[in-house]
Amino acid sequence: MTDQATEATQADAAPLFYEQKWDLEYRHALGETTSKFLRGLAEHKIWGTRSTDGRVLVPARSFDDQNHERTIGWVEVGLTGTIEMSTVVYEAFKGLPEPPYALAYVLLQGADTALVGYVRDVELSDQAAAIEALKIGTPVRVAFAEHPSGNATDYWFVPVD
Amino acid sequence: MINVGIAGFGQSHFVTKRTDVTFPELVKEGVNLTLADAGIGIEDVDAVVYPLAPDSLIGVNNGERWVIDALGTTGKPLLRVNNGGATGMSAVLAAWTHIASGMFDVILVAGADRVSESGSAQSVLNKMWDVGYERTVPLNTITMLALSAQRYMSKYNSTELDMARVAVKNRTHAALNPYAHLREPITIDEVMASRTLAWPIKLGEACPASTGAAGVVLVSERYAKAHGLNPAWIRGIGQNTETFWMGNRVGPSAFADHADADALAAAFQIDYAQSGVTDPTTQIDVAEMYAPFSSVELQVIEAAGFAAKGQAPAALADGKFALGSDGVIVNPSGGTLCTNPIAVTGTIRVGEAANQVRGRSGAHQVPNARAAVVSAIGGDHQFYSTMVLSTDLEEV
Repeated sequence: MTDQATEATQADAAPLFYEQKWDLEYRHALGETTSKFLRGLAEHKIWGTRSTDGRVLVPARSFDDQNHERTIGWVEVGLTGTIEMSTVVYEAFKGLPEPPYALAYVLLQGADTALVGYVRDVELSDQAAAIEALKIGTPVRVAFAEHPSGNATDYWFVPVD
Repeated sequence: MINVGIAGFGQSHFVTKRTDVTFPELVKEGVNLTLADAGIGIEDVDAVVYPLAPDSLIGVNNGERWVIDALGTTGKPLLRVNNGGATGMSAVLAAWTHIASGMFDVILVAGADRVSESGSAQSVLNKMWDVGYERTVPLNTITMLALSAQRYMSKYNSTELDMARVAVKNRTHAALNPYAHLREPITIDEVMASRTLAWPIKLGEACPASTGAAGVVLVSERYAKAHGLNPAWIRGIGQNTETFWMGNRVGPSAFADHADADALAAAFQIDYAQSGVTDPTTQIDVAEMYAPFSSVELQVIEAAGFAAKGQAPAALADGKFALGSDGVIVNPSGGTLCTNPIAVTGTIRVGEAANQVRGRSGAHQVPNARAAVVSAIGGDHQFYSTMVLSTDLEEV
């Protein structure tokens, strides 16, 4: 048997593969509370809900995660706040946006819990500078989409001028 | 309550890809290795608990169906457990309840994962978050822990160097573990120079996507005595759950800070109380703790009581927690940082700890290890499991 034939035999014996792609569709009902929050974005408002303990939950939720009771009213919170935690993503992940991008959880004025969003208008190519610009305690404000789409992409955070 | 022991542990040599077997055949490999290690046959097994994380990671819905025959569970009860990263340990805890309740004597926990078959793992994991509020932001299991790591660093003046030391320690340990996936030692400089995934997490301190199988056999005290087995004894367990919302883990009204693993600390306290552990620094010899990124190991070391909050980096810099050092040795197998087959990662933690207290760990054996603690974390740092194991049933 020649070397070539040996290779051919080995190739014939190599395991095969089956490739598949999942293409699933969902239309998730967002309920009354989340819907009101998302509609508020078009009016440049960030809505929270007040718990029976007096905490203001942002984004708005219909029940409190700590005392498990229904929240009892709507509270419009401030459009400025501080970064509570952030990260800058430099790695590409399949199915997720092209890097780099920055994310942060921001405690808005009047809120007791932090809201997650993209942080834009920060230069991310210089990693050390980006980290410094996004450190915990940094003041930011909410920016809103010019043409709202009715989902959570209608707001993001930008550094305070 | 009936005493329960870990009587056997089997695991594959973990790698990135396996093309020689189908997924059920891989599970079968884990079953065979596990039963052989325990010295029993499938006919001795009363029921099977099967760990499997999200179906979409393996690309087969209700993956527990696919592996029924591999698990040898026809004619027997089968329970699938999915608790994210804690899946493999939650399955062991479920198996423990089967026996501790008096219902069963021998339970097999076995499974497998091959994360690298889908390049879409982080897209799959992104689907964990709230569809209305969080899904449009590309959170994933790396960014969620980057956020936590940044908060830890800020709260305790910790640095990227502190995290790099964890990776160096674990990779040094993994070099001694023939089953580990990443077995090449790495230097501080190499970790620091590795590319940033999501700051502060770098490639050099991130777990691999591992392929392989693992399992453990749990037995009742009565079965162990009747068959002359000397298992590692489960002395206590702890479980706890943290809020769904990461944004609720910051600010003045937070139940627990995302900088720390306070909910895990509470689980350890429950476990320690059952086990009679009042001072883990002197009573525990070895720890196998789920930490897929360096920063998590710092938080878990502190939650377990091996260092005060914010003090794990200083202890690590002092050479603590490494094989050959005084005090508790953390992740002598190399841990999750070096091997992460998601579904069975927690199972491996239990199996490694059991081998340690049975003196069967070979080159990464902690000398005279008698008591071990195990932990796992699932979800977005929110499903916590812990367990204390010991060589015998005497006081820990």
